Amino acid sequence: MSQVPLSHILIVSTALFFIGMYGLFTRRNMITMLMSVELILNSVNINFVAFNKYLYPAQLEGVFFTLFIIAIAAAEAAVAIAIFINLYRNFHSIDVEGTGEMKF
Amino acid sequence: MPNYAYIVLIPLLPLAGFVVLGLFGRRYFRRFSGIIGTALGLVAAGLALWVAYGYFFDWGKLNGAYRPIIATDVPWLTFSSGLSIDMSIVLDPISVMMIVVVTFVSLMVHIFSLGYMKGEERFATYYAFLGLFTFSMLGLVLSGNLFETYIFWELVGCSSFLLIGYYYDRPTAVAAAKKAFIVTRFADLGFLIGILILSFHAETLDIRTLIHRLAEPGPQLTSITTASFLGISALSWGLILVFVGGAGKSALFPLHIWLPDAMEGPTPVSALIHAATMVVAGVYLVARLYPVYVYAGPAVLQVVLYVGAVSAFLAAIIACTQTDIKRVLAYSTMSQIGYMMFALGTWRPDGEAAGLGYTASMFHLFTHAFFKALLFLCAGVIIHRVHSNEMKDMGGLRKLLPLTHICFLVGCLAIAGIPPFSGFFSKEDILLAAWHANKLVYGIGLFTSGLTAFYMFKLYFSIFWGRPVQDAGGHHGEAPMTLKIPLVILALGAIFAGWVPFSRLVTYNGLPQESHGIGVFAIAPVTLAIIGVLIAGYLYRRESGRPARAAAAMGGLYRVAYHKFYIDEVYSFITKKIIFNFIGRPAAWIDRNIVDGLMNLLATVIARISAGIKGVQSGRVQDYVLYFFAGIAGLAVLFIYIYT
Amino acid sequence: MSASAVIFYMLAFFILATGLLAVTSRKIFRSAIWLLFSLTGIAGLYFWLQMEFIAAVQIVVYVGGIVVLIIFSIFLTQQSGKDLPAPARGRPVVSALLVCAGFVLTRLLLGHYAFRPSGHSVAGAGAGAGNMGANASVGNIGAQLLSTSEHGYVLPFEVISILLLAAMIGCIAISIKIKPEDK
Repeated sequence: MSQVPLSHILIVSTALFFIGMYGLFTRRNMITMLMSVELILNSVNINFVAFNKYLYPAQLEGVFFTLFIIAIAAAEAAVAIAIFINLYRNFHSIDVEGTGEMKF
Repeated sequence: MPNYAYIVLIPLLPLAGFVVLGLFGRRYFRRFSGIIGTALGLVAAGLALWVAYGYFFDWGKLNGAYRPIIATDVPWLTFSSGLSIDMSIVLDPISVMMIVVVTFVSLMVHIFSLGYMKGEERFATYYAFLGLFTFSMLGLVLSGNLFETYIFWELVGCSSFLLIGYYYDRPTAVAAAKKAFIVTRFADLGFLIGILILSFHAETLDIRTLIHRLAEPGPQLTSITTASFLGISALSWGLILVFVGGAGKSALFPLHIWLPDAMEGPTPVSALIHAATMVVAGVYLVARLYPVYVYAGPAVLQVVLYVGAVSAFLAAIIACTQTDIKRVLAYSTMSQIGYMMFALGTWRPDGEAAGLGYTASMFHLFTHAFFKALLFLCAGVIIHRVHSNEMKDMGGLRKLLPLTHICFLVGCLAIAGIPPFSGFFSKEDILLAAWHANKLVYGIGLFTSGLTAFYMFKLYFSIFWGRPVQDAGGHHGEAPMTLKIPLVILALGAIFAGWVPFSRLVTYNGLPQESHGIGVFAIAPVTLAIIGVLIAGYLYRRESGRPARAAAAMGGLYRVAYHKFYIDEVYSFITKKIIFNFIGRPAAWIDRNIVDGLMNLLATVIARISAGIKGVQSGRVQDYVLYFFAGIAGLAVLFIYIYT
Repeated sequence: MSASAVIFYMLAFFILATGLLAVTSRKIFRSAIWLLFSLTGIAGLYFWLQMEFIAAVQIVVYVGGIVVLIIFSIFLTQQSGKDLPAPARGRPVVSALLVCAGFVLTRLLLGHYAFRPSGHSVAGAGAGAGNMGANASVGNIGAQLLSTSEHGYVLPFEVISILLLAAMIGCIAISIKIKPEDK
């Protein structure tokens, strides 16, 4: 573990974050957008854990944050899916292009 | 130093009348507004007479000469020491005389209107306007600051507009009011520029200081005489422009076109404004600034002289051909004002007639107020009785309207200059001054006085002699008492006003002058006047074809004079064809297309930009995420790279 | 280059590659599976960092819960065999550019900051029951999670449980079907 400097892990998490962003911008299907959001959240988790391990080895704050983030991500994914199902019932599609009703 | 602050009540009482009657008269005081207005006028007239008595006979003299007294001086807008608009009241011989004249004639008109305008729907408004006019006129004559004069000048014009257009449902009255206002406003432009020129060089707006600086050698006089434009010195320009303003208000040629049309107003209004008081404002203005006019050299005074003379002559010729009684009186007013103006133009610094023109002009102003107001009020009674303004509808009225007949005769004798009526004395002084100054003008004045006698007595004979008109019946008596009292009082004034020792009281330098004997000089004008009366009697005393034959004999000249020398047509041509077409139309085009177009362009551009921007709110979640991310990135850059 | 470094780089490559495939895949089911792999890779990373508990939680909750949920929702809402519609024209290019720019910016930012390892000493006064040592065992995590002393997390714990409750009720409320004959 000590051979890999902290910055490399941060590069991984940053890259994962921006991959998630790219997916968020590009994907038309709402479920795939949700998947991109999960990637983003995971990149944050990696950051927390890495900081905890490298900078504050005597404490567990990062662990707790990660746990909470995982819990909240789960709740959020559940609610999001519920919304998608509701949308699907009304519009018979979960293409995000079709949901632009609140526009000018 | 006695306290003169009570003098400010004289203009303020009519103003109070205006405010009260204007705001509340319609609803609360409909029938009493006349009484209120008249009561205020009575108090003001009493105060004016009291002040006049005190000034002329008690405390006005210092070292044997009447001096100007500053009654109050309230600094109002002070921009710098040289540009300060103060509200000041100045008493000097002409202003005291004027307040007596104005309040007295105004009082007579108030009383007359009690009966004449009775039953009018807007009775209270009428009295309110009369109060406004009286206030403005009093303010004008009492003001000691040139800009204050201008303010009251405009107010007087405004009151005139309101009163001419009093019957606003008549299109002719509305048109006449507009014409009066526009013509005088146009002249006032000249007045304003004149004020600016004079006050700029004299570095003051206070009249006394201005006279002091521009009529005696000093730095201001040097600066104003060296500055010149098109070869004429700034002083001359200033004075001529001020005179233009006065000429507009006094209906001198060629700015006289509004005065005959102003007869659309009620007859008491014509008596007050367009005979006795407002139209003399121009003469008063020149008299106010007289030392400057005198000192500026002969050129400006020549302008004054000739404009006055031409106006007098022209108006007399036109008056000979008119058939509307009020129009005849209007042109006669213009003619008499011409007399007053050219009297001012005859300045001789020394000799037998030193300063006579000034005194004569003011004297004629004084007497003219009486007999012209008298004539107009009599005309009011006649018109009221006959229900028409045209002379052909009148005739033989001397049996129906005996008192009016006597008073009208008195007025005509006064205006014709028959001794011992008042007009004789003032006209003699004017002709004497003209004789000493300029023989041509004297000749014009002499001939005009003959014409005056002729057309006034033409009017008199046509109305009161000749074939009696069909009486409409149903009129009980001649006129109510409120109509008769002012006639009698004014007639008394017309008879006796000439006996006032004017030359001892009002002179150009305050020193009393001995009045001139009547003497041999009076023979020529009086003879001419009597000849005029006789010709008029011959033509008009009995109904006959003689006037028509005389008119036909003069042919083209008669026609031209009847059409008032086509001056109105010339003005109409200039305004419609030239000004409206070449200036008005392009200006309207610019306003519609460029000014409005600019605004519309601005609106259209904004609408287009808005339509373009609104795509930001696309309703698509991913776009919003993009903006969100862009915002965060921007803020991050800002806070991290720029603020640390 | 020790073995752990090699393992790390392999894991990193795996995570990023599968993540990239997840966001670019044309078929939705494959995208979900690539996501599954990516999350498993992240769990592996946690194992490598010797945070076993987190790794376990990751697998149980994320992989076993969320991805399964996603797959269920894919079945419920559409044909999973069909191709996904392509994104709007130009959007992938613009997004890629933006994302690269963001990545470069963040890297520069991180490069400026020198992360000092363990700058804060273990506070002697705070070394109480809530501040366990470098030992990240389950027992320690549990004890600190529920402790009420200075470094305890019982309050966020309770709050999160309420949140989960609310989320559950909310999901049911959003997606409940009201049968017409029940009205």
